[in-house]
Amino acid sequence: MRGLAIRNHRAFASGALFLAFAIFFFVTALQYPAGTAAKMGPGYFPRLLAIVLAAIGLVVMFGAMKPAADRQTLRKWDLKGLAWITGSVVLFGALLFPLGLVGALFVLIVVSSRASSEFTWIGALTNAAVLIVLCLAVFVYGLGLPLPVWPSLLN
Amino acid sequence: MDLFHNLAIGFATAAQPTNLLYAFFGCLLGTLIGVLPGLGPLATIAMLLPITYALQPDAALIMLAGIYYGAQYGGSTTAIVVNLPGESSSVVTTIDGYQMAKQGRAGVALATAAIGSFFAGCVATLALAALAGPLTATALLFGPKEFFALMILGLILASVLSSGPFIEGIGMVVLGMLLSLVGTDLNSGSQRFAFGIPQLFDGLDFVPLAMGIFGFAEIVKNLEQDDKLSLVTQKITNLFPTREDFRRMVPAMLRGTALGTLLGVLPGGGAVLSSFASYTLEKKLSRHPEQFGKGAIEGVAGPESANNAGAQTSFIPLLTLGVPSNVVMALMVGAMNIHNIHPGPEVMTKNPTLFWGLIASMWVGNLMLLILNLPLVGLWVKLLTIPYRYLFPAIMVFCSIGVYSINSGTFEVYEAAVFCVFGYALIKLQLPAAPLLLGLVLGPAIEENFRRAMVLSRGDATALLTSPISAGLLAAAVVAILLIMLPTIRARREEALQE
Repeated sequence: MRGLAIRNHRAFASGALFLAFAIFFFVTALQYPAGTAAKMGPGYFPRLLAIVLAAIGLVVMFGAMKPAADRQTLRKWDLKGLAWITGSVVLFGALLFPLGLVGALFVLIVVSSRASSEFTWIGALTNAAVLIVLCLAVFVYGLGLPLPVWPSLLN
Repeated sequence: MDLFHNLAIGFATAAQPTNLLYAFFGCLLGTLIGVLPGLGPLATIAMLLPITYALQPDAALIMLAGIYYGAQYGGSTTAIVVNLPGESSSVVTTIDGYQMAKQGRAGVALATAAIGSFFAGCVATLALAALAGPLTATALLFGPKEFFALMILGLILASVLSSGPFIEGIGMVVLGMLLSLVGTDLNSGSQRFAFGIPQLFDGLDFVPLAMGIFGFAEIVKNLEQDDKLSLVTQKITNLFPTREDFRRMVPAMLRGTALGTLLGVLPGGGAVLSSFASYTLEKKLSRHPEQFGKGAIEGVAGPESANNAGAQTSFIPLLTLGVPSNVVMALMVGAMNIHNIHPGPEVMTKNPTLFWGLIASMWVGNLMLLILNLPLVGLWVKLLTIPYRYLFPAIMVFCSIGVYSINSGTFEVYEAAVFCVFGYALIKLQLPAAPLLLGLVLGPAIEENFRRAMVLSRGDATALLTSPISAGLLAAAVVAILLIMLPTIRARREEALQE
């Protein structure tokens, strides 16, 4: 086969993602006993699914190389936005116990606000103050969810 | 009659003052969040889940149902007033609803949506109550083979109805099922794909995954697009449809309700499919098809009735068979599991007050929406003027606290962060996330039933085809796949499902 080129980059990457997951699950599942069809072990169903997913991945990848495939490119990632948002969630998790809810929420709100192109310090700080009060009222005092409110050092 | 006896039990539960209060708060909060552009029912329910943690199971379910309907209705308001669907089931409402708003008839459009939804809700509640008994009885006859076949059919239909190429939808389903295998294998007790992390022994939680993909990743996407909302700013004064409006909207409402009630029951169906089908039907039947897209009231009345009916009857397969037919229902499973309720035929027999209470409260919820929404329309519209840069941190806060509260642990918070990145990758690859979540929810049950069926048949896979029910269900799945491969249907589907 000559002239086989990737026409639909989006679909090709999707198929490759499926294939990668399939290989990962299949290889990991090799540690678990498969058993037989009549008496399946923990490894049987995962292997079966991984094979199906690998097949789907290959079909999607080949479909992206067919001469009739749509021409599609990969879309650009907004890495900055993704980093601010994901980072703020990770920070919330890491700081909840050391800083308590108030501190962790403050960090979460200010850091995630940076993801917006219209970020202003005044806006973010005001928003933080309003949301923290709201959360304390609703979750801690209203619903009584067990949340560490203040830094762990104070307790 | 049994039906009325059961409904009486239900209304006795739903009419308890505390439950009424929770239904009210559910509807109010659901609308409040659902009105915000870009937040569909799924994100709304996920965000508001933590509020229900502390409640009794029946109160929690009643509130969740209220949140769901509120979110649905809130989405319609956004669709009409700012031409931005809050969720996919109100996409078609934007077509004629926004045109009506531009002609100064926003109030009439909103009232039409509310009346249509209420009417559809009443009919669908009755349908749900009437069908629940027989379907539950059928489900009790189902063995592992039949359940396996039913779930396969549901997953296939869900992929057929999701946007994008069918094969990619199926891939997402299978990937979701693989992710569902993480944790303890119930048959052997051994750990799979847990890599020694104790928090993974119970499996991947549905809620952090849903919040990561539909909450956080969605925010990153929204921040990238600098859309300016085109709000219809004039005051909403006249709410009441004219006599002529009524003449045109009532038949559309009836047809939409019938269509939605039927399509909602289908696995993979629900609100989205119903509203699209209704719009197409109204346009075909209308004597003035040229008015569609220019503010035809039928284009609001039909789809809005249909999506509410569909939203409600999609509870039927969940409550009777234990099979969620769409992602919102899958999230409901997650929510019910938190309260230690496992949806399926047993809920009705073991816990009748909960079951019928939930059904009755659906009707109560619809009534509240009608009472709540028309007077508060002005408030909802005001909410739309809050800039997104203040809104999204609030969403972040609610989701983060919600994720933490599942187990009072930060592991779930990190899990949500991982799935934020994963969800963003899916958005960029235009892979549909809904089939993934359905696969994740149904995966364990499919494996369980598959294994049991194979034990019973001593490893003979052809046994799946010997029972007439399972053979029929699997045949339907094959037919669905074959149909979608036909070029004409494929083109039609792409037209209907594109956003």
